[in-house]
Amino acid sequence: MIQALVLKVITKLMVGFIILFALYVQFHGDYSPGGGFQAGVIFAAAFILYGMVMGLQNVERVLPPWLTHKLMALGVIIYTLVGIYSFFVGYNFLDYGALSPAHPEHGQHYGILLVEFGVGVTVAGVVISIYYAFVNRSKTSKEDE
Amino acid sequence: MNSPDIITSTKSFLDHLPVLQVLFPFAFAPLCVLFGHRKIALYITISACALAFVISLLLLRQVLIVGVVSYELGGWPPPVGIEYRVDFLNAFLLVLVSGMAFLTSIYLIGTMHAEIEEDKQTLFLTCFLLCISGLLGVLITGDAFNLFVFLEISSLSTYVMVAQGANKDKRALTAAFDYLVMGTIGATFFVIGIGFLYAATGTLNMYDIAERIREDLPNRTIQVAFAFILVGLGLKGALFPLHTWLPKAYSFSPTPTAVFLASTATKVAIYAIIRFLFSVFHSHPSMLESVLINIVMPLGILAMFAAGGIAFYQRDLKRMLAFSSVSQIGYILLGVSFMSTIGLTAAVVHLFNHGISKALLFVCTGIIFLSFGSSFYKNIKGLGRRMPWTSAAFLIGGLSLIGIPGTAGFISKWLLVQAAIEQGSWLIVAAILISSLIAILYVWQVTEIMYFAKSPSTETKEYLGPSSFLIVWILAFSTVFFGLNTSFTVEYSSKAANLLMNNFTMEK
Repeated sequence: MIQALVLKVITKLMVGFIILFALYVQFHGDYSPGGGFQAGVIFAAAFILYGMVMGLQNVERVLPPWLTHKLMALGVIIYTLVGIYSFFVGYNFLDYGALSPAHPEHGQHYGILLVEFGVGVTVAGVVISIYYAFVNRSKTSKEDE
Repeated sequence: MNSPDIITSTKSFLDHLPVLQVLFPFAFAPLCVLFGHRKIALYITISACALAFVISLLLLRQVLIVGVVSYELGGWPPPVGIEYRVDFLNAFLLVLVSGMAFLTSIYLIGTMHAEIEEDKQTLFLTCFLLCISGLLGVLITGDAFNLFVFLEISSLSTYVMVAQGANKDKRALTAAFDYLVMGTIGATFFVIGIGFLYAATGTLNMYDIAERIREDLPNRTIQVAFAFILVGLGLKGALFPLHTWLPKAYSFSPTPTAVFLASTATKVAIYAIIRFLFSVFHSHPSMLESVLINIVMPLGILAMFAAGGIAFYQRDLKRMLAFSSVSQIGYILLGVSFMSTIGLTAAVVHLFNHGISKALLFVCTGIIFLSFGSSFYKNIKGLGRRMPWTSAAFLIGGLSLIGIPGTAGFISKWLLVQAAIEQGSWLIVAAILISSLIAILYVWQVTEIMYFAKSPSTETKEYLGPSSFLIVWILAFSTVFFGLNTSFTVEYSSKAANLLMNNFTMEK
């Protein structure tokens, strides 16, 4: 592997900011452009950048492949739980008003935040898993780097 | 005196049935991945399928009491929000799909370890659950775009389930890829059609679309939308010239996949066709009539003959059954194209009856496949002596394909013949009878090999765990039961057909 010092230092610097920006897009999705899908992709981009520069072994130490699989499932479960919660307080499935019966508008707000968080987790898991799948394949088909 | 208020303010479990129907398999799918152990995943799958089956029965009972059950998701009222809408037609098919899912999940107990690679079993079960929730969603939703989303959920997971056959035969990969390409074209056509409808009406709720296009004269946008939707769903449902993906997908996929797909997937696409024809486009009877009589009916009859003939020339049980499925789909479409109550009844009954008999045949084929490593005719010589139980069950399924009295297949063909007589078209009556003769030929061929050919060895060899045995005989029993007792199937189908034809005759 090429020793690209500048690349490595800049990457280490950038990863934190990229993740921070992902969180910003995630939780401001209701006010500004963005939301769960975009945030998930940006979050995954941080890990993909790290993996491209530092090598697959290193990024897999940070986020092992089995964990990305669980993330995919976890996001869907968060989404469904929000829907199921509204059953138990006597509303229809995914009626966000249930989250704050006194102020349905606030409930809509919380509901969108929670559901989008689930979407974000799943999208990040999916995109990173796709990256792992592709990179692992080229490793077996190509001669060693 | 307070009690009525309490009932209206809090919803009971029964009010949530329509969404729970889809939610159980859908919410249990990620749980399989989260636990990540194949044994636990299998139990999760079985319990999800059992719950879905119970809910479908409760829904059917509720539909019987109140007529149409409507559920608004997220508390948004229908024309804007997504509506789940259950009437006789989809309540009846929900029972079929969730019942078949339940039986397949039990069949998986005994066969999954032999058919699917160990580290892929959990993900296979996840895809299976997603496929079930997709199919149930297509049946239950009243929103055209939501229907597309559910159709894609079920199709995408189906491609994966088909590809798992690569464990036994690498050709499963190309079969899955072919299916993916064709299925995606179908989905694209369907969504283009929905786009045109949206452009014409500005709404996505199917009943709202039907209301709004009633006022318009038949115009180009609606005609184009209709064409795209029919072709798109025809690809998914293996309408005759668009069936090329089906034989490969059925014959190379693992048998649990084949059992489930053969009994449900194409049936659900045909349900969607019926739904669009009679609940959305019924306000343009002349357009409907010309398409059904000039296109769907000839293609249905062609399917009955051509696919039946091809089935006769196959040398592999799985492929033979796949082509016979294409030919049976022809019968269903023929029933639809009569545009009469009895024709639709025949179509809906045949969806159900053929689902059961084809599942029985594929389960038997799966057991044969696992015992002998292949299902080629040359390997199953003298099977009647070596696997007496499985062969007998296979024979019952075969008789139902032909339509011998006393089996489920007879009921639907009898209704179909009645529908043709009602129309006074004796040519079609003759076509139905002659194509049944073709079915006799291909079933007889297998029977002859099974019972009259000399087998290389005489030892009995039956790969039959208790779960597979149970499934084979539950299906064989129901094939005979629904052939003798028609009160359940014909009653519900005729109620569904009446409902659909009422829309239609009102327009005329």
